[in-house]
Amino acid sequence: MARLVGRRAVFAVPVLLVVTFGVFAVAEASPFDPVKAYAGTAGLTASQENLDQLRANLGVDKPLVGRWWDWLTSALTGDLGDSSTLRQPVADAIGERIGWSVLLAATAFVLAILLGSALGVLAARRPGGWLDRGITSLAYTLEAAPPFWLGLLVMWLFALKLDVLPAGGLTDTASTTVTFDQVTSHLILPAAVLAISQLPWFVLYVRQGVGDALGDDPVRGARARGLAERTVLLKHAFRSGLLPVLTLVGSRVPELITGALLVETVFSWPGIAAATVGAATSVDFPLLAALTALATAAVLLGNLLADLLYGLADPRVGFDG
Amino acid sequence: MRARSIRTTGAVAAAAALAVAASACSSPDDGKGSDGAKDSAVVGIAYEPETLSPLLGYGKDGNSKIFDGLLTHDADMKLRPALAAKLPKVSDDGKTYTYELRKGVKFSDGKPFSAKDVVFTYETILDKKTNNASKTELDALKSVEAKGSDGVVFHLKYPYAPFAERTVLPIAPEHIAGKQDVNKGDFSTKPVGTGPYELVKWSRGEKIVFKANPGYWGGAPKIKNFTMAIIKDDDVRATRLRTGDLDGAILPPNLAKTFESDGQKKTYAAKTFDYRVVTLPTGNKVAGSTAVRRALDIGVDRKAMVDSILEGAGKEAYGPVPTDSPWFTKGTERKFDAAKAKKILDDAGWKPGKGGIREKDGVQASFPLWYLTGDKLRQDHALAYASDAKKLGIKVEVQSGTWEVIEPRMAKDAVLAGGGSPADPDFDQYTLLKSSLAGDGFNNMAHYDNAKVDKALEDARESGDRAERGAAYDTVQRELVKNPGYTFLTHIDHLYVVNESFGDLSTQVEPHDHGLASGPWWNVEDWQPKK
Repeated sequence: MARLVGRRAVFAVPVLLVVTFGVFAVAEASPFDPVKAYAGTAGLTASQENLDQLRANLGVDKPLVGRWWDWLTSALTGDLGDSSTLRQPVADAIGERIGWSVLLAATAFVLAILLGSALGVLAARRPGGWLDRGITSLAYTLEAAPPFWLGLLVMWLFALKLDVLPAGGLTDTASTTVTFDQVTSHLILPAAVLAISQLPWFVLYVRQGVGDALGDDPVRGARARGLAERTVLLKHAFRSGLLPVLTLVGSRVPELITGALLVETVFSWPGIAAATVGAATSVDFPLLAALTALATAAVLLGNLLADLLYGLADPRVGFDG
Repeated sequence: MRARSIRTTGAVAAAAALAVAASACSSPDDGKGSDGAKDSAVVGIAYEPETLSPLLGYGKDGNSKIFDGLLTHDADMKLRPALAAKLPKVSDDGKTYTYELRKGVKFSDGKPFSAKDVVFTYETILDKKTNNASKTELDALKSVEAKGSDGVVFHLKYPYAPFAERTVLPIAPEHIAGKQDVNKGDFSTKPVGTGPYELVKWSRGEKIVFKANPGYWGGAPKIKNFTMAIIKDDDVRATRLRTGDLDGAILPPNLAKTFESDGQKKTYAAKTFDYRVVTLPTGNKVAGSTAVRRALDIGVDRKAMVDSILEGAGKEAYGPVPTDSPWFTKGTERKFDAAKAKKILDDAGWKPGKGGIREKDGVQASFPLWYLTGDKLRQDHALAYASDAKKLGIKVEVQSGTWEVIEPRMAKDAVLAGGGSPADPDFDQYTLLKSSLAGDGFNNMAHYDNAKVDKALEDARESGDRAERGAAYDTVQRELVKNPGYTFLTHIDHLYVVNESFGDLSTQVEPHDHGLASGPWWNVEDWQPKK
């Protein structure tokens, strides 16, 4: 197990190098000018001399490889550089936002797992029954629905038509403080949308796993011994049927990140999504590189987690595979 | 790692996330003061500043809420003392400005304000290492020195009549901003000033929250809590205004109209210097021809643009100076006259050719016109311009692009540009028309080159005499009739809808830039809300 973790950690280094360099290269090739982006509206009246000075101060006139190397070496010493669009250190910029993104993603993930397992078990009880058919087709429909579209739909229904939940933001516009109640009510819609977009995979995996387990010998034996249906379903079938779901948890991470970015945008959630989009269109190299490295690390960790869980759940699979 | 420890880790992570959410709790505010009058206001704006640090350009045109400048503008845009005790003394050669400072003023952290803060602010902005994109505006300034703790003297490189207008820029406290890197320190997100409001919180992309500064030298504001919600989308802003989430908002004409029958809301139309203009670059064989320029100048129907595109919220423009400004030269209005425009083109040898497009010496009367992608108002102006030009036999090809696409083409292609700065006629006209600034960034985009205009612009900025300056700007405006390097189309009113419970409000004359201080809330510190 330790060897697997160690090997993955070593493998992560070249991946992160390639990905961050790719970010610098793509940004370099983009038509956006970081100096114009920095200056904003003032850039429209600034003299060329002023703009040239800004270019030198921001260090964006250096060649691509040098700039990447500077970023990398200082990042290794713990200095992630300064975001030009946000006018603050990258570490602060990410620190202020990532908590809200984690809160959103974690809530949605827990919701998706709980709800997905419950629906999956319900569907597996009577394969081919009306409940199974209903849940399965709902899962396939949701699988095809983009979170962006879902977001607009629930916002229209709950915020505009029914006016029961806020349409966006972290707190009410007039509120000056961040309170638990406010955050909770503002979290409901975005977390629900994100959870729903993740839901189908869990439903279908649990349904399959539990359904298979119900046909296995131990379960048939338990039934023959006259145990209650409830006990059979939850104690025997659900336990073994849940194993494949554990591996799914890790592999859903990339999808969760991209889904969260879209949902944050729709609901003006103050996570890292807006910063990511802003960093990309303003060629804010330090912020963009740090965010990309962060997302890459999350995906690698997710994959590692999936493999570890799989190994734990099924002893026949070693950690060296 | 066993299943149990995995569960525990997950629970810890979730608990940590919730702890983040629950931190910073405090009692909510219902927005009512003790006397029953509404003491909080929430307004919706479309743009967000890049920074709140005056050292990086925030509030350079004055009225920045958190900060004060030496001077400030009143409702009529006249200069009034703020941190200065009175208007400056200007030396006879126009190169030295002396300010006496107001005594007893404190920053909102309780530390006293003094001349050294003024010197620090200006010197930091002029510093090459400071990433301030607006520092060109202080080009005239050579040095600034403190005279004791309550006197400041500015020395200029050349006589510059509108210099006092530049001293509305906000003063930063040296004891805070001087201790950090001005380009990235947290002063730009946690500013401290002498102004009527203090910053509570800036949630980027979401809102900026202010609270009244109880120790403000001008008296504590009645509106205790003031929030600016940043909502880029016009429709969302209108919706949130309708649901009561916002007390006021800036809206485009078509959406502002939907509030006309709402008895609880009032609409304010702010007069502006905000113009839309077509640049006619000298580097283009067609747009550079004086006959074509003059024909377009009288052959486009400005009145129709005001009526249809702006729904009446604006006026026809004949130059950067609006027709109702005291600096406007009466008699330079151009009457729409398509027949005369055609005659000018005929006389100059632009004869109708294939498909009704005119030609001269083998050159077809055609040029591209760019507008900024996504800007509906500019698109409408560009299409109307092209349609009017077509009736004269000039083909204008309208295209859209981002500034990255447009900028390299500005010397040859026409651009639908915008601008406007009400404080002094020099601010717009010098950068727009001075030949030596041709192609310098976004200055003189049309590469306009007219010796008489150059001379008049210099005379106007150097003379401290109002009549002399007026005569010089008259010359500029008359020259623009003879050889227009730009076709000015409209000046645009900015529309705001606000709850009537705040009483009768006013607006200032506004610039092109939609600063935070624009709109009826330009003097929110003076609002007297009704019970």
